[in-house]
Amino acid sequence: MDAIQLIYLVPLLPLIGCLINGLGRNFLSKTLIGIIGSLVVFLPFCISGLIFFAVSKEGFTSQNISYFDFIHVGKLSIPFEFQVDQLTSVFLLIITGVGFLIHVYSISYMKDETQSGFGRYFSYLNLFVFSMLILVLGGNYVIMYIGWEGVGLCSYLLIGFWFKDQANNDAGKKAFIMNRIGDVGFLLAVFWMVSLFGTTSYHELFNPQNGIVASISSINSHAIVGITLLLFVGAIGKSAQIPLYTWLPDAMAGPTPVSALIHAATMVTAGIYMIARSNILYSLAPITLAGVASVGLVTAILAAIIALRQNDIKKVLAYSTVSQLGYMFLGLGVGAYSAAVFHVMTHAFFKALLFLAAGSVIHAMGGEQDITKMGGLGKKMKITYITFFIACLAISGIPPFSGFFSKDEILSAAYANSPLLYVIGLGGALLTAFYMFRLLAMTFNGKFRGTPEQEHHLHESPATMTVPLIILAVLSAIGGFVGIPEIFAKNGNKLGDFLSPVFENSSHIIAQNKVPHQTEMILIIVSALLVIIVSIWAWNKFKNYAPSTAKENGFVRAIKNKFYVDEAYDMLFVKPYRSLSAFFNNVFDKKGIDGIVNGVGRGVNYGSRQLRLLQSGQVGSYLLLMVIGLLILFIIQLFTK
Amino acid sequence: MEIKWYLFLSLALFCIGIIGALTRRNSIIVFMCIELMLNSVNLLLVAFSKMHLAGTNAFSYSMATSAQIFVFFIMIVAAAEVSVGLAIIVMLYRNTRSIDINFLNRLKN
Repeated sequence: MDAIQLIYLVPLLPLIGCLINGLGRNFLSKTLIGIIGSLVVFLPFCISGLIFFAVSKEGFTSQNISYFDFIHVGKLSIPFEFQVDQLTSVFLLIITGVGFLIHVYSISYMKDETQSGFGRYFSYLNLFVFSMLILVLGGNYVIMYIGWEGVGLCSYLLIGFWFKDQANNDAGKKAFIMNRIGDVGFLLAVFWMVSLFGTTSYHELFNPQNGIVASISSINSHAIVGITLLLFVGAIGKSAQIPLYTWLPDAMAGPTPVSALIHAATMVTAGIYMIARSNILYSLAPITLAGVASVGLVTAILAAIIALRQNDIKKVLAYSTVSQLGYMFLGLGVGAYSAAVFHVMTHAFFKALLFLAAGSVIHAMGGEQDITKMGGLGKKMKITYITFFIACLAISGIPPFSGFFSKDEILSAAYANSPLLYVIGLGGALLTAFYMFRLLAMTFNGKFRGTPEQEHHLHESPATMTVPLIILAVLSAIGGFVGIPEIFAKNGNKLGDFLSPVFENSSHIIAQNKVPHQTEMILIIVSALLVIIVSIWAWNKFKNYAPSTAKENGFVRAIKNKFYVDEAYDMLFVKPYRSLSAFFNNVFDKKGIDGIVNGVGRGVNYGSRQLRLLQSGQVGSYLLLMVIGLLILFIIQLFTK
Repeated sequence: MEIKWYLFLSLALFCIGIIGALTRRNSIIVFMCIELMLNSVNLLLVAFSKMHLAGTNAFSYSMATSAQIFVFFIMIVAAAEVSVGLAIIVMLYRNTRSIDINFLNRLKN
């Protein structure tokens, strides 16, 4: 239990690091900033490890640690509290572990920054880790909301890190505004919960013994469906699902480690965490769950299709992230909460690895991100190549790499729900394999297609960059073994068993259909075989890529242009909004408001010029007016008696 | 004598005072008219005092004495006011070489 008492240090240390790096950015040396920045994430990682062991002890029940009253209004009391349970501890390990590796990686990746820029970068990064930890540690929805907004802010700051380029600022603003749309939904859901339940604390709401929600037995009541839908709107914004996903590919304008940490491994999984945390609510609203599953599935497919034809190495990975997040939502939607969390974990490993390896490539290429100008990098950058290869195997779901187990768990849960979901999901997985191996082959195989200077410049990255790559590669390779399906090993699904107390209530409400073992075996073999075939096909097709001049047909052009979604949003929302603003500016403000203000001024001016004439200076006229006034007063006195 | 004759006299004096103050341009005449109005009110007070003195109860007696004291107050204040007013007129004459109040229009506009 001692480790759990130290929990406040977990978010506090990154906050301190943020303050030190932020305030001392002008006089601390880069080495010192790098060490402080990484250390304040490494120490929480150690504490998280201790917490994990404390939590995994026999007979642990979720703990609620309350520090002080955060809001106290009338009957409503919202304490500043942390909740420690299995779900929290898994997320703590992911955030601090992957976060630490990315901090170390950043030290070399950002070494060309100015000293103050370097400090600013690490300050933001620490602030992000702090916010994310608050998000997962928070013991009620309000504390979660603090972290929720905090990560959005850090995302904005880091996307626009190189703020001298206007495009980066625009991308940051886009991410922030898109997130805000979702946040409104989250906030409304919190208000609704406050008015309905009078509390937002998890332990009061979800406690299996005497929780408020746990005692609700009606399915699909209006309030619960409303709350879950609004929460889901928040998750859509944060986790980049249709229709709010367009910010994530643009978010790649930030430094690559930021993309790895925020826009792949941690922040975008906040939506998954939130739904997994409120699993009981969602289980009580199967309508919402169906919505979650379908949004997730459609996003998974659409983003995968777009990724097929992207030529920017980071854009491919960004769409791949959107697609994988879609899988997680599919998992949540079919009630396989622990499978979704499992995929969050494996995805954090391999996606962080992919982004960091991509960063290593971009670093070697001197900032070039277009894969049509790469090729043949495998010979020059062996470690990056091998780690990237492992990550591709993992994300494509090739056994026995980590992505295979997590994706398989989601897909078999989808099959149990409806075979149609499985087929579409498998289609998405095949698309994933295709675009990942296309990316791999175009980047690392074949002949180099860049300029001679770039070819001369090619080099393997320094150890601070490759060591995190290697660690993440190992994790990507073996990370799946914590969740081996039952058919391969009895009690193999360690993670599922570990998380089961969190999802215990839900499992009472929605009966998880179990797929017969034989069917599951067939499904696994079929999907694995198909994925391997597609991977080899894509590899062969693109390993000697040469730019072709053949005319593209309309569908390919549509894919290349991301189905014109950005343009459509521009037409539908941005342009009307702009013209409305212009209308308000030119007509309402300039004519209306200014007219009233100026009119009042002019009226007073005119009136006083007229009134001035009364002041004639003739004593006689003053006297006369005085007498008339007195007479009027006298008459009033006479008649009001 | 009945009270109403006093009232008529006082009213007549007051009206003469008003009309004089409004119509005349000579500031000394205007000033005199103002004094006239003041004294018409004094006359009224004295007349009412006399009327109340004829009454029998203690209240009317006290009213009568207060009215007399009022009159003395007004006379003293009027005396002070006269000295100030005459001083103003003297200054007016020194400045404009005239006592026409229509010259007192420096504050116009």
